[in-house]
Amino acid sequence: MRAMFRAMFAIILRETIRFVSQRGRFIASLVRPLVWLVVFAAGFRAALGLSITPPYQTYITYEIYIVPGLCGMVQLFNGMQSSLSLVYDREMGSMRLLLTSPMPRWWLLFSKLLAGTLVSIVQVYAFLLIAGLFGIDFSLLGYLYALPVLILNGLMLGALGLFLSSTIKQLENFAGVMNFVIFPMFFLSTALYPLWKMAEASTLLRDICAFNPFSHAIELLRFALYEQFNGTALVWVIVSLGIFLGASIWGYNPARGKILGR
Amino acid sequence: MNSFGLRVAGLSHHYGSKCALNDISFDIERGNFCALLGPNGAGKSTLYALLCRLISAQQGTIIIDGLDIAKNPRRALAKMGIVFQQPTLDLDLTVQQNLSYFAGLHGLSGKEARLAMGKALDRLSMGERENEKVRALNGGHRRRMEIARALIHNPSVLLLDEATVGLDAQTRREITAHVHALAELDDLTVIWATHLVDEVWPDDRLMILHQGKIIRDGITKEISEGNTLAETFANLTESEDA
Repeated sequence: MRAMFRAMFAIILRETIRFVSQRGRFIASLVRPLVWLVVFAAGFRAALGLSITPPYQTYITYEIYIVPGLCGMVQLFNGMQSSLSLVYDREMGSMRLLLTSPMPRWWLLFSKLLAGTLVSIVQVYAFLLIAGLFGIDFSLLGYLYALPVLILNGLMLGALGLFLSSTIKQLENFAGVMNFVIFPMFFLSTALYPLWKMAEASTLLRDICAFNPFSHAIELLRFALYEQFNGTALVWVIVSLGIFLGASIWGYNPARGKILGR
Repeated sequence: MNSFGLRVAGLSHHYGSKCALNDISFDIERGNFCALLGPNGAGKSTLYALLCRLISAQQGTIIIDGLDIAKNPRRALAKMGIVFQQPTLDLDLTVQQNLSYFAGLHGLSGKEARLAMGKALDRLSMGERENEKVRALNGGHRRRMEIARALIHNPSVLLLDEATVGLDAQTRREITAHVHALAELDDLTVIWATHLVDEVWPDDRLMILHQGKIIRDGITKEISEGNTLAETFANLTESEDA
């Protein structure tokens, strides 16, 4: 058991060192949501009126509404970036090194996921810090309650990335992931608009958004930032995590013989 | 006590309808060096992927130092050191960080890991370069480092898949000699896959793999029968193709 935790620590340490040495990746992870916050949200502020919906107890500006969604965006991109690096690792061989460790394969994959999640949490808090400088801040407890949610959301999105990486044969196919996973998942969620606003446009769109696990991840975070609990969202996120994690462990099962990327 | 470091029996593997390995069987005695020679596409990489359980065998058994890899995958993997064809070092991490990561993956830490890493660095005479980034090392040093790293957890079987790919002739000779010495001095069972005949020594045990089958298995100089290995290898693989 001690050996398993040593392996987990080694994996987390490796990801942390890599993250620290890749400053460009850190800056990019912050610039993306900040552009949305400063440019996109400022433009939409005038166009979009938001009524009072939980967890908000008063009228809010669009910038305030969009912040949890942008935190989700940071974690979504990080999850997919991890997936990209896994496909790269597989082509380059370091995935082989990981999978030939004498630790249980599910544990190795989970450790990899956890390492990616911790990196994404640093990115999210850095983004929240900058958002705070723009006047969008939360209570200290809100930041604290967000932590377990960010862990859960990071694991869920990372597990999705992990599963996708087991199905992508070549690095070149990653562009498809951007088009068919990241964008629909982000735009068809409550990241940018609340469900009732979506329903005004189309009930079908609203239903898709309500089914999207990413919506629930964002709502769970939105509520946590306001020191509130959203049980339905929690169940959705946990169930989605279970499904994605199960699928990725299946994806990396040696009996499937797909690890060689053939 | 089991005298075989590695035993493979009735191993077959298919990718869809394409047969990559067809009923392969061989034993390698503990502490022996065995070269596995085959042209590109012969099935060497598939055999290696099966030996280190990146993929599961569809048919047949693999016994690593007395342990069936299908029944005891984790214990069998702990007895194996593996050097892959693809480079597996993190170029932006230091030599020490790379070794430490690997030690951790094998459950080593603290004093135990430090001792093992020190031994690995001594083997490479690279103690003073442990804080350098791997990117700063030349190709030969990187490969030697991967070999030393594969021995950190004290395995009894060492698998090397085209370990000298991309290196110059002099470095290839040095690495080949280094691995031969490891088998002899450290009582390691070594299986060395290559498609380059000059890496196989006359007294080595040699298996020639072609089109998923072992077409020769014996001592190199006996298989060559007075010819050069290059001629024998060319004749064998061409006649099989014909």
